[in-house]
Amino acid sequence: MPAVSKGDGMRGLAVFISDIRNCKSKEAEVKRINKELANIRSKFKGDKALDGYSKKKYVCKLLFIFLLGHDIDFGHMEAVNLLSSNKYTEKQIGYLFISVLVNSNSDLIRLINNAIKNDLASRNSTFMNLALHCIANVGSREMAEAFASEIPRILVAGDTMDSVKQSAALCLLRLNRTSPDLIPMGEWTARVVHLLNDQHLGVVTAATSLIATLAQKSPDEFKTSVSLAVARLSRIVTSASIDLQDYTYYFVAAPWLSVKLLRLLQCYPPPEDAALRSRLTECLETILNKAQEPPKSKKVQHSNAKNAVLFEAIALIIHHDSEPNLLVRACNQLGQFLQHRETNLRYLALESMCTLASSEFSHEAVKTHIETVISALKTERDVSVRQRAVDLLYAMCDRSNSKQIVAEMLSYLETADYSIREEIVLKVAILAEKYAVDYTWYVDTILNLIRIAGDYVSEEVWYRVIQIVINRDDVQGYAAKTVFEALQAPACHENLVKVGGYILGEFGNLIAGDPRSSPLVQFDLLHSKFHLCSVPTRALLLSAYIKFINLFPEVKGTIQDVLRSDSQLRNADVELQQRAVEYLRLSCIASTDILATVLEEMPPFPERESSILAKLKKKKGSSKLPDLDDSRRTVNGSSEHAEDTEAVNINVNQTCRFLTEELISTDRPHPTSCSATMLPTRTMGPIHTSTDILNLNSTPSSGASLLVDVFSDMANPAPTEGSEDHFPRFVCKNNGVIYENQLLQIGLKSEYRQNLGRMYVFYGNKTSTQFLSFSTSVTSDIVLSSHLSVQAKPVDPLIEAGAQVQQILNIECVSDFSDAPVLNIQFRYGGTLQNIAVKLPVMLNKFFQPTEMASQDFFQRWKQLGAPQQEVQKIFKAQNQMDTDVAKAKLLGFGVALLDGVDPNPANFVGAGIIHTKTTQVGCLLRLEPNTQAQMYRLTLRTSKESVSQRLCELLSEQF
Amino acid sequence: MIKFVLMVNQQGQTRLSKYYDPVELSRRAALEAVVVRCCLSRSKHECSFVEYNDFKLVYRQYAALYVVVGITHSENELSIYELIQNFVEVLDKYFSRVSELDIMFNLDSVHIILDEMIQNGHIVETNKSRILAPLTAIDKMADG
Repeated sequence: MPAVSKGDGMRGLAVFISDIRNCKSKEAEVKRINKELANIRSKFKGDKALDGYSKKKYVCKLLFIFLLGHDIDFGHMEAVNLLSSNKYTEKQIGYLFISVLVNSNSDLIRLINNAIKNDLASRNSTFMNLALHCIANVGSREMAEAFASEIPRILVAGDTMDSVKQSAALCLLRLNRTSPDLIPMGEWTARVVHLLNDQHLGVVTAATSLIATLAQKSPDEFKTSVSLAVARLSRIVTSASIDLQDYTYYFVAAPWLSVKLLRLLQCYPPPEDAALRSRLTECLETILNKAQEPPKSKKVQHSNAKNAVLFEAIALIIHHDSEPNLLVRACNQLGQFLQHRETNLRYLALESMCTLASSEFSHEAVKTHIETVISALKTERDVSVRQRAVDLLYAMCDRSNSKQIVAEMLSYLETADYSIREEIVLKVAILAEKYAVDYTWYVDTILNLIRIAGDYVSEEVWYRVIQIVINRDDVQGYAAKTVFEALQAPACHENLVKVGGYILGEFGNLIAGDPRSSPLVQFDLLHSKFHLCSVPTRALLLSAYIKFINLFPEVKGTIQDVLRSDSQLRNADVELQQRAVEYLRLSCIASTDILATVLEEMPPFPERESSILAKLKKKKGSSKLPDLDDSRRTVNGSSEHAEDTEAVNINVNQTCRFLTEELISTDRPHPTSCSATMLPTRTMGPIHTSTDILNLNSTPSSGASLLVDVFSDMANPAPTEGSEDHFPRFVCKNNGVIYENQLLQIGLKSEYRQNLGRMYVFYGNKTSTQFLSFSTSVTSDIVLSSHLSVQAKPVDPLIEAGAQVQQILNIECVSDFSDAPVLNIQFRYGGTLQNIAVKLPVMLNKFFQPTEMASQDFFQRWKQLGAPQQEVQKIFKAQNQMDTDVAKAKLLGFGVALLDGVDPNPANFVGAGIIHTKTTQVGCLLRLEPNTQAQMYRLTLRTSKESVSQRLCELLSEQF
Repeated sequence: MIKFVLMVNQQGQTRLSKYYDPVELSRRAALEAVVVRCCLSRSKHECSFVEYNDFKLVYRQYAALYVVVGITHSENELSIYELIQNFVEVLDKYFSRVSELDIMFNLDSVHIILDEMIQNGHIVETNKSRILAPLTAIDKMADG
C-alpha cells in the first residue's frame, strides 16, 4: 500500500481544512468559509481558464464546505466539466461532487447524461463504474429515460467486467425504484437470475440485492431464483472457509452474501420440490448446528458475523412456518441468547422471538421463557431492550399466562420510561380485554391502568371500557361499584372522572341501594371533581347529572340548583352553558315518561374491532418516510402520543357528542331510535348546525347521498382508466368515483371542517373472485407530508366477490400545500399482485370555511390585500357552457360564500372564505367576471399569502 | 436497505455523510444532530441498535469517532454492525491506522471506498482488496 500523505498533494485544500479545524468559534468558521467561497467564486468567474488540477482542488473544497452543512450554489458547471477530463482523479471528483450535490431535478442533468453516455461507451471499466455509480446515486427520471435500455444490456452482456456488472446491478435497482415503468421485465430477467451462479461472489452479492427487490414486486418472474439461491447458500455454508478466502470474514464464509440469500428466500413460500426443500432444511440445520460449535475465533467479529447469518436463518424459518422441528430449535437457540452477556444479542433474540411467538408450532416453546423475559423487563439497563421485552410478553400472552403478564406489565408501568408508556397502556388494555374470563378483572385492570398512568391512557382506552361495560349486563353493577370506590381517592385522574361520570350516569342505580353510595352521595362525589376538570369532562358530567335526574327523582332539586347556578347557566364556555340551559329546561318541563324515554340507558354498541387494537396497529405500522423534522419530538420522546391524540381529537371540542360518535360505530348510520345517549342535544332537534360530523354541509352539489349508495350517485359517465382525469372533478365536490377499472371501483365520500377532514374510501370488488392481501397506504412526498398529514385507519385484508369495504382516512392540514397525497392499493387477484396508485383529491380549498360579509367590509378587506404578491389574476377561455347557476354551484362547492350585491355588475361573482390550516388561517377574497361574448372568464384572487392565492387560482380556473 | 452512513466525532461534527434516500439539505443537519445525540447519550451497556422514527440506527464507536448507519427494519442488524467494522478495517488498511484526520484530508478516497462497498443502499462488495482496487489504481497513476 502506498504511503498516503495528508492532503494528497493538494496543499491548498490541506491548509484550508487545517484553518477550519483551528477555528475557535462557529462565527470564525463561517467567516473563513465565506472567504474561501468568495475566493473560489472569483477563480471560477475569472478570465483565466483553470486547469484540471485547480478545478479539482476547488471542487474538493466545495465538497468539504458542503459537508460542514453549508449550501453550495455554484461550482456545478465546473464539476460537470471535470467529467469529460481524461484523468481519472479529476473525473472521479467531478462524479463525486455530482453524486453528493446534484439533486435529481437539476437542469444540468442533460450535460451530465452526455458525459455518462461517453463513459459508458468508453469500455474502460473504471470509467464505466463511475458513470454507473452516478446514475445509481442521482437516479433522476431523465437519467432513467436515457439509460433504461442500456443498463440491463450491460448487466447481462457476456463480456462485461465483474465490477461493472456489480455497479450495473445496483444501478438497475435504483432505476427500478424511481422509474419502474421504464424497466420492463423481459428477456434479461432470466439472465439476471443466472448471475446467482456467477463465479464471482461480488457479482452474486450485487445480483442478490437486485433480485430480492424485484422479486418482491413480481415474484413469478423470478421464481427460478429459489433453486439457485438454495444451491449457492448450500455451497457457502458447507464450504471449508478457505474455499472462499477473500470473502471470508473472521472465519465466517461470505456472511453478508448468506444473509442476502436467506432474505431473498423470504420472498417465497417453502420450495415445493422435495429435494430442494430438504437441501434447504439441511442448510438451515447446518447454520443452527454451527451456533453450537465452539467458536473458531475469540474475536467478537467472528461471533457477530456468524450470528448475523443465524438470525437471518431463523427469520426464514419463521417465515416458512412449516417445519416444527426447526421452529423449536430456533426458539431454543434464541432462548440461549436471552441470557447472553452481549446486549446486542439479547435485543435481537427478544425481537426475533416476538415473531416466533405467533407461530402455532413454537408458541408453547416461546412461553417457557416467560420468567427470563420478565426479568429482562426488570433488570435490563437499556430502554430499547426493555421495549422489546414488553413486545415479546405481549406476543406470548395467551389465556394461560395473561393474568401474570398483565400484572407484570402493570407493575412495570409504574417505573416505565415515558417514551414507551403509552404503548404499554394500549397493550395492557388489549390483553385485558382479549383474555378476560370474568369482566370484573378487566374492569379492575383498566381502572388500575388509569390510576397508574392516567396521562398515557388515550381516549380509545376509556371508550372501550365503556363499550364493554354497556354491552355486558353481568359487569355493570361491579363496574359502578368499582368506579365509585376509585373516585373516593382524593386525587384521581381526569380520565377516571370521565369513566366514573359515564358509568354512574348509566348504572349508578345499581349501587344506589347501599346507603354508603346513595344517589346524593354519588352526585356529591362526582360534583366534587367537577371544578378541577376540563371543559369536555365537565360537559360529560353535566350529561351524567341529567341522567341522574331520570334515575333518581329524589336528587332532582339538588341537581337543578347546580344547573341553575351562574357558573353553569352563564358559563363562558358556550357548550357548557348550552347544556346547562337545555338540561335545566328539560328537567323542568318534561314529564317523567318523556324523561325516561329521552334519558334511557344506552343501547348496546355493535360489536366491532377494538379501536385500541387499531390504534396499536397504527403505531406500529407506520412506514411513511422518516419525519426528520424534529420540532415536535418532545423531550420525553413521546411525540407519537401527541400526534395520535390529535388524530383522535378530530372533533373533541364537540365534547360529549364526539364521545358517542366514537362509541357508536362511525361506519354505519346512527340508529334513529338512539334516544338514550349521553348527549341529549342531539335528540333535541337541530339546535346545533353541526351535530354530526357525517353531515358536514359542504357539498351543495352532491345531494344527500347515503353512505351506502355512494356509488349509485354517479352512475352516469362510465369512467375508464386513468385516475388523473377524475382528480380535477373533485375540486368542487367531495363525493364520487375516483377510480375504476375492470376489477376495482374506488368511491370517495369526504367531509371537512376547519383544518381537519375525514375521507371515507369505498373499495368495491367488481369481480366474482376474492381480493386477497388487500392493503393500502397513503404516501406524500417529503414536502407535502410536512404540510398535510393523512392517517389511514386499517382496512380489511380481504374483499369478497362483489363486496365493498370501507376505509377511513383522517386528514389534517398543517399549512398550505399544493401537491396531493397518493393512495397506493395493493391486492392479490387470482394469483397476480395488483398495484394501483390514485391521487387523492385533497386540495387546499377543502379547508375553506365560507365567510359572509357586507359589501363595505368586503371592499375594505379587498383594499387591505392590495400588495402585488397577494393578488393573482388569470384570464382564461371557458371550457364549458357559461351558465350562471352552474358557476354558482361550483363556487359554493369550491368552498367560498357567495356575496350578493357586492359587485355592481350582477353578472360577476364575488366570494369570501377562510382557509384553515393548523398553523394559520388565511382569508381569501375572489372575484369571477364572466364575459359571455368572448367566452372568457377573468378570475382574481386576493389572499394574505402568495402561495395560497396561486394554488387557489390554479384549482379554480380549471373548473370553468 | 441502508438509508445513510454517517461518521461523526464526539463533538458532534460530521466527518462523512452519505445518503441513499434523498434528504433535503436543510434537514440533514437536524437529522445528524439528533442521530449523534441519540448515539452519544448511550452507554456501553446499551445495545448498538436504536429505533428512531421508522428506521433503525446501528452504530459503532472507534475511539472518538462514531460510525452510524441508518437502516430500514428489514435489514439484518448484526450484518450491518459487522459491515461497519469491515469498512473501518478497509480504511485502516488503506491509511495504515486510520485517524479522524485521514478521513478529513482524504474525503474523496473515503468516498471511493464507501462507493465500492455500498451502492444505492445495498452492500455490493465485501472483499477488501477488491474494494481498494480503484484507489490502488489511482495511486499507481499518481506515482507513475
